[in-house]
Amino acid sequence: MTVHAHDEHHGLGHVLPVSTLAKVLGALVALTVLTVITGKMDLYGFDLAVAMIIATTKAVLVALIFMHLKYDRGFHGFIFLGSLLFVGVFLAYTMTDTAQYQGDIRQFNQQSVAEELLNPLDDEADPGAGSPPGNEGH
Amino acid sequence: MNSVEKEIHYLNHEKGFKSWFWTLDHKRLGLMYMWAVIAAFVLGGVFAMLVRMELMQPNSLEGGQFLSDQVGGLSAADRYNHFFTLHGAIMVFLVIIPGIPAALGNFALPMMLGAKDVAFPKLNRFSFHLWLTGALFFVGALLWKGLDTGWTFYAPYSTSHSDTSVIMATSGAFILGFSSIFTGLNFLVTIHKLRPEGMTWFRMPLFLWAIYATAVIQILATPVIGIALLMLSVERWLGIGLFDPALGGDPVLFEHLFWFYSHPAVYVMVLPAMGVVSELIANFSRKPIFGYRSIAMSSVAIAIFSFIVWGHHMYVAGQSEVVSVIFSALTFSVAVPSAIKVFNWVATLYKGSIRLNTPMWYALAVIWLFSIGGLTGLFLGTLGTDIHLHDTYFVVAHFHFVMVGSAIFAFIGGIYYWWPKMYGVMYNETYGRLGCFLSWFGFNLTFLPQFVAGTRGMPRRYFDYDPQFASYNMWSTIGAMVLMVGLVIGLFALVHSLIGQRRKAPANPWGASTLDWQCTSPPPPHNFDHAPSVDDPYDHDILRWDEQEQGFMPIDPVDGDPNLAKMGSARTAPATHS
Amino acid sequence: MSSAHPTADAHGHDHPKHLAHHYDTLEQQFEGNKLGMWAFLLTEILFFSGLFVAYSVLRSNYPEVFEFGSKFLNTTLGATNTIVLLVSSFTAASAVRNAQLGETSKLKMNLFITLLCASAFMGIKYVEYSHKYHAGLLWGGNAHSLFNPEAPYVPHGDHATDSLVVQERIAGMEVDESRMFMRNMGRFFGVYFCLTGLHGIHVLIGMVVITWLLRRASRGEFGPDNFTAVDLGALYWHLVDLIWIFLFPLLYLIA
Repeated sequence: MTVHAHDEHHGLGHVLPVSTLAKVLGALVALTVLTVITGKMDLYGFDLAVAMIIATTKAVLVALIFMHLKYDRGFHGFIFLGSLLFVGVFLAYTMTDTAQYQGDIRQFNQQSVAEELLNPLDDEADPGAGSPPGNEGH
Repeated sequence: MNSVEKEIHYLNHEKGFKSWFWTLDHKRLGLMYMWAVIAAFVLGGVFAMLVRMELMQPNSLEGGQFLSDQVGGLSAADRYNHFFTLHGAIMVFLVIIPGIPAALGNFALPMMLGAKDVAFPKLNRFSFHLWLTGALFFVGALLWKGLDTGWTFYAPYSTSHSDTSVIMATSGAFILGFSSIFTGLNFLVTIHKLRPEGMTWFRMPLFLWAIYATAVIQILATPVIGIALLMLSVERWLGIGLFDPALGGDPVLFEHLFWFYSHPAVYVMVLPAMGVVSELIANFSRKPIFGYRSIAMSSVAIAIFSFIVWGHHMYVAGQSEVVSVIFSALTFSVAVPSAIKVFNWVATLYKGSIRLNTPMWYALAVIWLFSIGGLTGLFLGTLGTDIHLHDTYFVVAHFHFVMVGSAIFAFIGGIYYWWPKMYGVMYNETYGRLGCFLSWFGFNLTFLPQFVAGTRGMPRRYFDYDPQFASYNMWSTIGAMVLMVGLVIGLFALVHSLIGQRRKAPANPWGASTLDWQCTSPPPPHNFDHAPSVDDPYDHDILRWDEQEQGFMPIDPVDGDPNLAKMGSARTAPATHS
Repeated sequence: MSSAHPTADAHGHDHPKHLAHHYDTLEQQFEGNKLGMWAFLLTEILFFSGLFVAYSVLRSNYPEVFEFGSKFLNTTLGATNTIVLLVSSFTAASAVRNAQLGETSKLKMNLFITLLCASAFMGIKYVEYSHKYHAGLLWGGNAHSLFNPEAPYVPHGDHATDSLVVQERIAGMEVDESRMFMRNMGRFFGVYFCLTGLHGIHVLIGMVVITWLLRRASRGEFGPDNFTAVDLGALYWHLVDLIWIFLFPLLYLIA
């Protein structure tokens, strides 16, 4: 456990000093301003990366200090990181897959749009296409 | 102990509907879950029988050969679609997923830990009420416009085309999902925080390891099906355009969301079953379980691996080739921990002092059925063979061997195992074994022909089929009838034990060393009148059969308790009976 | 020693006031509750992950649509909302401190400010949503949407500005290209409303929780040995904040 000059140990949990909380809030607001500024700049393809780095920094601050993870049981941090790991697995697979089949979809879309333009009546012939069906809600 | 005066226990210390409905007692909740799940199982079973009866022979093209045409404005084929969908959805969401964890887990888990209750009793009750609500939604969907999407709810059929109560059913599944999450969360915290002193992680009964691994899957995977079904409902309601290609959506995205949960969910179904089997095999072999650590670790390994293989459900459903190859390769990783368990069970049997009580019959049936179900899964995980077998009856047979042959058989075996603890009565072993044998026989007769029909190309979910498949389907339907008779006898044996001449159960009829058998049968409201002593959960040598008690007693006095000391010194009889 | 008591008595006299019968010590109970909350937060993260995956898939497939669609989101309002939520997180964290130290009046004040910030967030959200509704910046399947493939909605008067920007963007395109673009714009707003809507629902749930905490705080229930509820409520609130920290740049700041 990190020993901090202003740490107060009281009862069951760890009590955070107001000054620490205020500093974190200041940093978070500053980072928000920063992300708005960088968001308006052209960063030559690194826009998303920069925005995500800033957001992650903010998230780390909230998790470590506001959510007490820095002072808490390691297992809680493990749970938190574990959830992100599984989200990462989920995202990685799905993104790989979608990148692979996207070409086919674009091709199909162009064909189907072209066909629709040639036969505009097709739309009305198929009541299921384009709009949700009359469902239970009605 | 064979006192005539009325004992106070958890079943009779409070009376009336409210004392059950608003109870916080994990044992009562477990019991209510069990009966509710059995009721849902009967409902799902009725749909299964309707499907099998319709498929007994090929149809004339005009209508069903069993289902009559045009009832309530729906053709026989339409109603067939409803029946197989409701069969699948009810069995998955209402029966198998909550079956072992919520019913048997709730009943046994706190007692196995020597605890008074789960970590969050109110949340536990809330889970049960959520289950009831979800079940009401399903019954509502059934009574309103039915459901014909298949239990998988694939878009865009479910979002834009089906004219049935999709939103009601998905809402039901959403609610049931949260019931499952809260149960898992509760058990996870209970196992972490309420283990008694002396019970280290590697001195936990294997059932708890299995429930723990299940809980990890429940809290990690179930929220994803929650959001997937929520998105599906919103899309159907408002046309949001995430999944329907007509609105620019991506149906494969729905499949990813669906199977990210639903593949791990297979292990929510089967991991607890493996936990039950581990308990049964060890106790009825009267041997320490072989390879304790490898069984425990394989449960956790299965839980982790289950998250990296979901794409094998999507080989022919729009997934790209590259990702299919990766998923196929990774799928085999799950086979390793599953096989470890089977090997360990068989090794435990070796030179054991095996007693063939009814629970053990079910456990042995599971080893047989799970082996077939597991091994046939390898063909489906292999990309090349799956292209041929996908969406055929081979798949149907495979997952029934796993979900019914393993999960349901283990569930019934577990009910038989804990029944004396639940109600304090012994059942008739002959009826129990007869039920098990007929179920096992009928099950094989139902599903083995389906493997053959599937490899020869009979597609699943079809209302009618080519006459070349007629004999397989005939045998399959006959098998389903035998299976039904077996299950009814199994249920009868249990109900029979409660009526008429009751045979009182001893505290420990099976000679199990886990803590749940250290309290009386049925247990007192707060489980333990005396603090249980923690020992090796599979050391059967500390117990001996007691003729007078008709149950097992500890050999040595525990904690200097005079009552136990008296009982312990009474007998040292042979460890076998029956 | 196990958790079972020598008697079946549920509430032994040695049990402190706030200790449930199935726990041995306050610390065990506190740790159990906290672990339960973290497991629940994990569930919440995975719950949102479904929408983040949908977002990523759609954005990676149609980056130009997301870039253009993002222009219709008001960055000033989004940034204001971010800061509002951050302040509320600060007051929630302070409330935990107050509860731990038994400072009831400060606790009530901090909880109240948190609630106020949450209401402000929802108010700003309402302004944004109502603008989009009137301008027809909705998902494709909606009858009120500019991007409805069946019969696109045509806004009038003050609300037509956004519609004109869209028309300008597709002016140079081939017919089928512009149809695709319009349809995919519907996807952008579909995902926007799903993400912010689900987050908004979580804010509302958080407001209910904070109101409940405020009520308990005004009864003076919290103190050094009983602050778990405030602690867990604040954890939930921080998670709602965390999700918004990512939603803001992902939706409003696509350059």
